[in-house]
Amino acid sequence: MSEATSTQSQETLADVGALRAKKPRSLWSDAFRQFRHHKLAMSGAIVITVFVFMVIFGPMIYQGQVRGIDFSIAYENPSLQYPMGTTHEGHDVFARIMWGGRISIAVGIAAMLVGITIGTTIGSISGYFGGFTDSALMRLTDLFISLPVLPLLLLIIYLFRDTMRDAFGALLGNFILIVVVIGALAWMPVARLVRASFLSIKEKEYIEAAHCIGARTTSIMLRHIMPNVMSPIIVAATLAVAQAIITESTLSFLGLGFPPDIPTWGRMLFDARDYMAIHPWMVIFPGSAIFLTVLSINYVGDGLRDALDPHRTV
Amino acid sequence: MSRYILRRLVIAIPTLVAISLVIFTILALAPGDPLSDLALNPAVPPEVQQRLRASMGLDDPVPVRYARWATSLARGDFGYSFQTRSPVSDLLVQRLPTTLAVLGSAYLLAILIAIPVGVISSVKQYSIFDNVATTFAFIGFSIPTFFTGLLFILIFSIKFGDWGLPTLPSVYRSTVDGTGLEAVWQRVQMTIMPVTVLGLFQAAILTRYTRAAMLETIHMDYVRTARAKGLASRVVIFRHALRNALIPVVTIVALGVPTIFTGAVVTEQIFRVPGIGNLLITSINNNDTPVVMAITFIFSILVVIFNLIADVLYGVLDPRIKYE
Repeated sequence: MSEATSTQSQETLADVGALRAKKPRSLWSDAFRQFRHHKLAMSGAIVITVFVFMVIFGPMIYQGQVRGIDFSIAYENPSLQYPMGTTHEGHDVFARIMWGGRISIAVGIAAMLVGITIGTTIGSISGYFGGFTDSALMRLTDLFISLPVLPLLLLIIYLFRDTMRDAFGALLGNFILIVVVIGALAWMPVARLVRASFLSIKEKEYIEAAHCIGARTTSIMLRHIMPNVMSPIIVAATLAVAQAIITESTLSFLGLGFPPDIPTWGRMLFDARDYMAIHPWMVIFPGSAIFLTVLSINYVGDGLRDALDPHRTV
Repeated sequence: MSRYILRRLVIAIPTLVAISLVIFTILALAPGDPLSDLALNPAVPPEVQQRLRASMGLDDPVPVRYARWATSLARGDFGYSFQTRSPVSDLLVQRLPTTLAVLGSAYLLAILIAIPVGVISSVKQYSIFDNVATTFAFIGFSIPTFFTGLLFILIFSIKFGDWGLPTLPSVYRSTVDGTGLEAVWQRVQMTIMPVTVLGLFQAAILTRYTRAAMLETIHMDYVRTARAKGLASRVVIFRHALRNALIPVVTIVALGVPTIFTGAVVTEQIFRVPGIGNLLITSINNNDTPVVMAITFIFSILVVIFNLIADVLYGVLDPRIKYE
């Protein structure tokens, strides 16, 4: 009988040892485990990773005609030499898509950062301080929501693009202008989201406790509340990248984004419109690039929303 | 009710003033000068230029210029187009009906698709229908309208012709040849593609919201009660669940109006629809500032009006909201 108890206690000890050897589960590892179950989100993440690698390293490996005009190789159909064919001016579509992807993805990420920064700042100040600050900032948010985004974007770009081009050059000037304007017109939902979370979290007991031990306002906002607001911000940020990519492509498609010699996906479609009847490939490849990128990012956002929601368990 | 609408109208005015301020500030901050072309013209002596500037009030301080612009706006005077020399309001009156017709039909199409699909999807959650609808909705709002528009032209105007099928016109003309029914049929053919492209995109967004809102209400206690007392499932779904689910959907419909205007600018450009969005792009390319500003402001007014409509509809759908 004493033997039996000793083996039993040894087993329990072994169990405890095994438990200790396991890495502790954190919120982020849980979220990642959930995310992996979301098949479409995983596929989206893989597609995006492949795209990002392609646009970063692709142009170094695959060198095609991106600028300049060469009519001798115009209107080529997709082949081994030109994987996606060539345009009416003899540009290599595959090479242009990789160059354009650099700009589209960079604009998407940078505009997202601008929008999320403004939205988080306004939302957290509004939610934390309340009172007059809150109502003033929320009036501002309401005003921005009722602004017509596309006409205003077009108006601002139309008015300021020459100045920006002279100050920073054609590529960088347009990039800064487009990124700042897209970001500055897209922060409102984030501000509302962050404000709502701040409003509910600042009433929690642990925040009161933090006040009692003398934590400073900034440290309460950044270290105690902010981590708990991160999940909705991350989801919003993901979806904002997709939105910004669509907005930039729309601007380029209307002929008001980057200048014609800088290939972006929207610009390629703008150029393709008039040659569609003779050479449909010019529409299909750049359009699919935008579509696949946006779709994948949206699926990743969807997967993140499920994975970061603490109320859901698989 | 009418007092409530009146009060909302009064609240809408400061919003419009603020929007006009934003637009004017952007313009005032912008470099460049409407008379810069004149300054480069050696035939116009500096004194004449000065007099012109003074007569146009360009040297006045910014607040004075804003007040003048705002008062004429309030009187419906948008100034004159640099390009055509005609009053901007005439141009707007010419173009606006086409845009509103295309937008209205597109939005109607979107609602007619989205609400039934959203309802069926939520009632039969995880069924094949639901999975197909959800996937299509997801794809639908990830695919930009300018790509769908081009694909539609490629398929229905170009490839259908190659395959010997009847084609749809890829360009919207302001005049139709033929009379009577034939003219109507031509107009319909030209409208099909812009309306479908815009409508499907909006339908994708609305379907997701309708489905989510329905899923929320369908699990409410009052819906269970309605079922328990033996009401027909049609009555439960439409009268008890859908009516409550429509409240958030109405918000999305109203807040979706700016998005659909964006879509209108794009589709008008693709299909060459002679609407207000098309006018906007042409004016930007021609540096026609009065027209650009007027259109931006008109878009803001429309957005504010639709928000107002949403507020009123809330009360109709939800009697708990008091008009006070």
